[in-house]
Amino acid sequence: MPFFEAIKLALSQIRVQKLKSFFTLLGVMIGVMFLIAVVSIVEGMSRYMTEEFAGRILGVNQFTLRRSPNMQFGDVSEETWRAWARRPRIYPPEAKQVRDALPSGTHAAIENINFLTAESVFARPRQVMSVGTEPEYFDIKKYRLTSGRAFSEQEVLRGSPVVVIGVDVAEHFFPNLDPLGRELRIVGQPFQVIGVLEKQGSLFGFSLDRFAIAPYTSPIGNHINPRGDIDGLVVQAMDEVVLGDAMEETRGVMRSIRRLQPSDPDNFELETSAGALSFFAQLKGKLVVFGTALPAIGLIVGALVIMNIMLVAVAERTREIGIRKALGARRRDIMRQFLVEAATLSLFGAAIGIVLGAAMAKLIAATTPLPAAVALWSVIAALAVGAGVGIVAGIYPANRAARMDPILALRQE
Amino acid sequence: MSDTYSGDTTLGITGEHAISSTAERRAVVTSPGATPSREWVIVTRGLKREYDMGGEVVRALRGVDVAIRRNEYVAIMGPSGSGKSTLMNLIGCLDTPTAGEYWLNGVLVSKMEDDELARVRNKEIGFVFQTFNLLPRATALHNVELPLVYAGIPADERKKRAKEALEAVQLDNRMHHKPNELSGGQRQRVAIARALVNRPSILLADEPTGNLDSATSTEIMKVFESLARSGQTVIMVTHEADIAAHARRVVVLRDGLIASDDRREAFKAQVGLA
Ligand SMILES: Nc1ncnc2c1ncn2[C@@H]1O[C@H](COP(=O)(O)OP(=O)(O)O)[C@@H](O)[C@H]1O
Ligand SMILES: [Mg+2]
Repeated sequence: MPFFEAIKLALSQIRVQKLKSFFTLLGVMIGVMFLIAVVSIVEGMSRYMTEEFAGRILGVNQFTLRRSPNMQFGDVSEETWRAWARRPRIYPPEAKQVRDALPSGTHAAIENINFLTAESVFARPRQVMSVGTEPEYFDIKKYRLTSGRAFSEQEVLRGSPVVVIGVDVAEHFFPNLDPLGRELRIVGQPFQVIGVLEKQGSLFGFSLDRFAIAPYTSPIGNHINPRGDIDGLVVQAMDEVVLGDAMEETRGVMRSIRRLQPSDPDNFELETSAGALSFFAQLKGKLVVFGTALPAIGLIVGALVIMNIMLVAVAERTREIGIRKALGARRRDIMRQFLVEAATLSLFGAAIGIVLGAAMAKLIAATTPLPAAVALWSVIAALAVGAGVGIVAGIYPANRAARMDPILALRQE
Repeated sequence: MSDTYSGDTTLGITGEHAISSTAERRAVVTSPGATPSREWVIVTRGLKREYDMGGEVVRALRGVDVAIRRNEYVAIMGPSGSGKSTLMNLIGCLDTPTAGEYWLNGVLVSKMEDDELARVRNKEIGFVFQTFNLLPRATALHNVELPLVYAGIPADERKKRAKEALEAVQLDNRMHHKPNELSGGQRQRVAIARALVNRPSILLADEPTGNLDSATSTEIMKVFESLARSGQTVIMVTHEADIAAHARRVVVLRDGLIASDDRREAFKAQVGLA
């Protein structure tokens, strides 16, 4: 029997027994639904990590010179912690020496970050992520201003109390007002708002617009780092090759400043997004394995239900099988008929599961900070899994049908 | 077994249908292993079918020798349980014998495997059952198409041929009806159309009128009659003498053996129908 004929037959079978088919497919449907939802969320997170987090927060072709890693992935031993704590702090003069040694075309800026209390006459005090930095920071972060201006080298040299704020800060402290020229007090010190940043959006539900940027030499400097050291020096290279050179330069300069012997390990950190990305890749693998274990159980249950339903179908249609055999159907024709029926049934369930799963992923993305992206490969995989489940579940019943004795089958009432 | 008509001329009887002579038949069934010539559609030699019923052996057929020539119209009669259906199922390749030879169109089918038998059923045999055996959810047209589906005929040609077959049994206006929308006689005509659609070399009918009232039975018998007249080889099981009287030749089974195999005139005389 031609393949097409078998599919038509299978579809008409599903149409005749809508309700039964629906319950039969529940297992596959739910299995595939969760499969798609889980994979979509993992995929969404991973895309977010590589594109948004690594790209925007950690930066592409970027590294940060730090005393110790800012982000720890995986387990860090007590001993490592203590070694990091023993490392010397980094001070602005060292940062300057490094900057002078960097290849031309690279940008570098000191970056000190802390949550500080800000207040204005228009609103209640609030914690704001405060960054003490230098003008090149705006180039590195590709920050655009919707109004006003960034601060200058002179203002950094003078330690001017000027500040560029994110839109959340602007809206909170200066509701329905133009914040430019107005006063924002940070840790009690008056700052003049000189610019407002373009909206940045959010990451995992955290606003990226609730921050203020001021010269690191301004009064907030003392509050972020009372000892006068720096959190880090962010370096942006043009491309991967320059990035490597810049890192080597930085390492060389730092080691010579610190008079390290060739056998000594670095007592500073050059942090890139690579570490974060590899960590996320690992995490993604674990999430996929873990996240598909549950749907897999659904699929196994689904397969058992389909097998059972197909056995019932074969028993109920014994006479039909007899008639078909009497008219010349070979074993493989009957086999194919029931396999295609099981696979079509299961594929049907998988298709519904895909739609539901995608909807569920979208719903989760819309109602929680988790991102979601329905990957094409997961849809194809789900369809393949659907067909596979049907075929596996159908083999035993189909084989039973194919081996029926035509006369005994015809005799059935 | 009566030999009254041995030596009869068997072919070319005007207005009547061809029938083989006893002597010819005897010659072809008593040479084991020999391939019968092509004019013999069916030759069985010592055909046996036994059922093992949990230690007790039921001998449904105990050595049947039968030879049927192309274009013959043969009725098989006999009391209930005499082995008629068993013989029909063997001839129709739905079953395989316990022992003996079965040659169909000069090909030994008694040793064939499942799938080979399926091909033979599809190509060579049209089977009409007492209980119609139509697919209940399929239309008349689709039921008639089925043998062509398994023959691998493309959809267009399938439809065309199925329609022609239904027209031949005057059902062109019932093509899209399901079996439960048809009368018993109409159902059996659908079954006949289905049996003939793949142009089989033999048409087998196991009590085709068993589920029909007498008026409808007559109508169905007329269909078989005209098919036989047009040259179709027909073998029909019946237990009604007046129905058997339509055939040219009557084979009577008793306890799994052939009790008589004769022209219908002899049979008529025997049962007092002459
Ligand atoms: N599948 C079977 N299993 C056991 N015995 C059977 C089977 N089919 C037929 N028989 C026996 O074989 C004999 C002949 O049956 P059957 O050919 O159906 O007779 P008829 O059609 O002449 O009434 C009967 O005794 C019947 O009980
Ligand atoms: Mg019978």
